[in-house]
Amino acid sequence: MSLFKVLDVSATGMSAQSLRLNTTASNLANANSVSSNRDETYKARHPVFAAELNRAKGGLSSSVGVKVQGIVESDAPLNREYAPNHPKSDEDGFIFHSNVNVMEEMANMISASRSYQTNVQIADAAKQMLSKTLQMGKS
Amino acid sequence: MAINFDKAFGIHQHTIGIRSRRTEVLAGNIANADTPGYKARDIDFKDALQNAKSRSGVFLDRTHESHKFAQSFSMAQSGELYRVSNQPDTGDGNTVDTEVERNLFMKNSMEYQASLDFLNSKISNLRKAIKGQ
Repeated sequence: MSLFKVLDVSATGMSAQSLRLNTTASNLANANSVSSNRDETYKARHPVFAAELNRAKGGLSSSVGVKVQGIVESDAPLNREYAPNHPKSDEDGFIFHSNVNVMEEMANMISASRSYQTNVQIADAAKQMLSKTLQMGKS
Repeated sequence: MAINFDKAFGIHQHTIGIRSRRTEVLAGNIANADTPGYKARDIDFKDALQNAKSRSGVFLDRTHESHKFAQSFSMAQSGELYRVSNQPDTGDGNTVDTEVERNLFMKNSMEYQASLDFLNSKISNLRKAIKGQ
């Protein structure tokens, strides 16, 4: 029954979008964190989405869910600041700021929450269609 | 005159199956709205209906090499095509337009309801005939 699979598909979409929202929250929380060397500095994280391949052989399923393939760290350059009085400054007097772009993250947040809402609405519509179908022939 | 359910339900028994499959395809498109490289898909309704009408829903599993191949009911693949996007390049190879997909989803679920209503009225007609009211 295809309508049950709609619920699965929109569930994969919802979990992927909530993970995206989670990384965005983490990025925004760490937007102002500093450290004394490049390796320890927080780098913006982004999830990579991929279409879930049909597991059923023979292609009997037309639904394609979404899968989080992994999380990558942004390789945008870190901001180096000369602050010799900062407690975290290195021997040359530099501190490193994370490379989180706050504007980008805000846009990401809105996009993720909209996509999440859309998936919820799809699941809701599918639920209504299912319950109507189960009522078929009763009236 | 014998009651034949196949005739009584007419085309609606086929259309409702296709519409529910289309719901699935459109939900997949919307779930993958942010997936790089994903191509939006849809079902060619006419083609799928032809297929659904011409084939019976019975097929045999082959559990041994020497079994004869019985024609399978490959409804899932029939008439499934990629959508031509409005935007030639979106930057990441994704061709899903969420607004278009949502509208189509809404339209499709209305059509599903319509098919369901038709089937319901056919069933209540049959019931009336059986009860003789």
